[in-house]
Amino acid sequence: MKLELQAVAARHPAARPGAAPALQPLTLRIGAGEQLAVIGPSGAGKTTLLQVLACALPPADGTYTLDGTDPWTLPRRALQRLRGRLFLAPQVPPLPPRQRVVTAVLAGRLPAMGLWASLRSLLLPQDIPAAHEALAQFDLEEKLFERVDRLSGGERQRVGLARALLSPAALWLVDEPLSALDPTRSQQAIATLVAQARARGVTLVGTLHQVDTALAHFPRIVGLRDGALAFDLPAAQVTRAHLTQLYAQHEHELLGAPPAPFGAAEPAAAPAVMHCR
Amino acid sequence: MDRRAANAPYRLPPPLFHARCLGCWILAGIVVLVVASFWSLDLQWAQFLSLDAARSMGRFLAEFFPPDLSADFVRKVLVASWETLAMSLLGTALAAAAGLALALPASRLYAGDRAAGRAPTRLALNVLRSIPELVWAALLLISAGLGPFAGTLALAFHTTGVLGRLFAEAVENADPGPGDALRAQGIGPLRVFLYATLPQVLPQLLSYTLYRWENNIRAAAVLGVVGAGGLGQLLTFHMGLFHMDKTCTILAAMLLLVAIVDSLSYASRRWMTR
Amino acid sequence: MTTLAAPTRDPAWTGRVFWFCAALVVTWPLLVAAEFRPWILFQAENMKVTRQFLGSFLPPAHDPEFLAMIAREAWRTVAIATAGLVLALLIAVPLAIVSTHVLSVSALAGRMARGPFWLRQLVRWLLIVLRSVPELVWALVFVRVVGLGPTAGVLAIALTYGGMLGKVYGEILESGQTQPTQTLLRNGSSRLQALCYGLLPQNATELTSYTVYRWECAIRSSVVLGFVGAGGLGQQLDNSMRMFNGGEVATMLLVFIALVALADRLSATLRRMLG
Repeated sequence: MKLELQAVAARHPAARPGAAPALQPLTLRIGAGEQLAVIGPSGAGKTTLLQVLACALPPADGTYTLDGTDPWTLPRRALQRLRGRLFLAPQVPPLPPRQRVVTAVLAGRLPAMGLWASLRSLLLPQDIPAAHEALAQFDLEEKLFERVDRLSGGERQRVGLARALLSPAALWLVDEPLSALDPTRSQQAIATLVAQARARGVTLVGTLHQVDTALAHFPRIVGLRDGALAFDLPAAQVTRAHLTQLYAQHEHELLGAPPAPFGAAEPAAAPAVMHCR
Repeated sequence: MDRRAANAPYRLPPPLFHARCLGCWILAGIVVLVVASFWSLDLQWAQFLSLDAARSMGRFLAEFFPPDLSADFVRKVLVASWETLAMSLLGTALAAAAGLALALPASRLYAGDRAAGRAPTRLALNVLRSIPELVWAALLLISAGLGPFAGTLALAFHTTGVLGRLFAEAVENADPGPGDALRAQGIGPLRVFLYATLPQVLPQLLSYTLYRWENNIRAAAVLGVVGAGGLGQLLTFHMGLFHMDKTCTILAAMLLLVAIVDSLSYASRRWMTR
Repeated sequence: MTTLAAPTRDPAWTGRVFWFCAALVVTWPLLVAAEFRPWILFQAENMKVTRQFLGSFLPPAHDPEFLAMIAREAWRTVAIATAGLVLALLIAVPLAIVSTHVLSVSALAGRMARGPFWLRQLVRWLLIVLRSVPELVWALVFVRVVGLGPTAGVLAIALTYGGMLGKVYGEILESGQTQPTQTLLRNGSSRLQALCYGLLPQNATELTSYTVYRWECAIRSSVVLGFVGAGGLGQQLDNSMRMFNGGEVATMLLVFIALVALADRLSATLRRMLG
């Protein structure tokens, strides 16, 4: 799938009206079947960029076209069909806790299944060998019938990636696919992902915090900083100077572990005050 | 009187009733409501608390014992208990299914969902749950005739309102992550619900349903008072004829049935969250 | 790395089929016992009666005399519920205080002594019995003792709701942090002092919130009790239904739904202001 962003600016969905856009006007062209890594410090707008690419966030400015069509001008049915041809893997694996891995993985195939087949698959998973095959790519085949909440964080993340292998998509958008994986598993997972994308001719856009891994596995690197494009180069041409400039004031992210996703802390309920007379 | 102490930060406690304090007005309102209630009702305290009344109450209670435990009657009571249990189970099960079906249009499935049907469905659920089971039973007797069928339907209608609202709230409070990922792939709301939301909320829904069963067994036991079958019908019949010993047996059966259902429901809920 | 052959069977399938069949086997006798015959609703004569009754709903009765009577009866219903709940509080509060083991002095030194333990168990069972008997049954019994009228309704609500409130108050008191209260008891304060200074400040919101919610339920209960002679909207509704007067029934249902909605709104606002 061919992607083209023309001066696209985007605002965070929960942002105040007067706030600065999360993505400054950005121009980017991605050809069909390309593999691309987006790197940058936290807060650079990488997740927002992926959401724009996944047609989950309408651009506030500029045009975004997929294979030559602007998705936001399409009627709803056509937009839904277009969405079926892309796959977004968020940072927190979107797996319901009490569902079994086999059903969670096969859910990636839902855009290609009719209503009746989907209902049948819920009661009795229809294509167990395919799920087994996809999980085997990520070394998880023995967890096929386990419940998702019995898996560790890293295993859940790999299940989220295995879903991509079953989806009928021509565009894979993965957000921080390695945040919960240890170094060995990270290398295996990213190698599998890129190899599978290349074999199927799928366009792959991934955001990564692990810069070395990105440089090792992706042929093209895009650097984002404060919502603006810092550089867009083949991996071989990215120098130390580029990286230092990109991560200025965020050096710890360049060297250390990526920040883990955190949810908003629950505010403690204020105790009731009562005066006894 | 100057309520400030010599040192500004130290203040005396606020007065008992302060014209600016909303809580004081609400408390005053509640007191007025309570006093007006007792005053406007014609409560026969004298009749209830006099020695005469105590004696007649004593005589009345004495008629209950010994309870009628003849084999014939006990069998009748068991049949009526089984009928009551069936009413409560079927009514609750029907209501769970209907409540689930109505919970989808009654909830906002994701941030930004227009949810056009939300307000009318919630109104319908509120109407269903406002009308008590007994009133439903009295209304449904006209269409369904005397007997436990009307009682089952009455329980189903009322409980649909209750469960529908609880289910809708549970669905709205579920984690949107899995649903968002499926919606990003262009999957329709029904399949998103079945694959992403329902697996998350199912234990909670079952827990609500089991808890509601505890309430429904009590309701089912008394629906017979208007003619909807079960233990209630037997109770009114024998009470009307002043068969107090038989009434005592029926009351004991009611208590036993409620206790059994309560413990079954509690045990099931514990088993589900193990 | 050798990969095992892909499994083709779902191990959970057998279990699902078994439970489904078990449910079917259990449902059939239940359907028979409850005389569940939905086609009855669609029989010719039943449809005619239903249509006639539903048709008579419109127009709802709206002559001023009737409406004035309904307003009086609606107030009566609310009054019965309020009075019943106040009496229920008189029963529930002492019983809850006695039954909670947070205020147990003997438990401070390890295990609770036998006497206090059995006293607490007894009070708990009393609350369970009070709660298990449906209020309609209490009302039926009281109607025979004190006659028709609101007294029977008030007493029935008082006993049932006393049991309900007592049990839930006990649960709320025990579910919070018990350490402040126990520290007060250890330092020699009396049980009432420990209650006022330790338990109540912590749980006041939840207790009040639950009580307000139960008041709303009591209004619904008092309508139900009207069917056995306790007065209020329920009794009028019973009368009108016996006479198949659809217009009056419609008005009363509308008034009742509005009343419940109002009480619900009031209760929600109060609870929001508390929490």
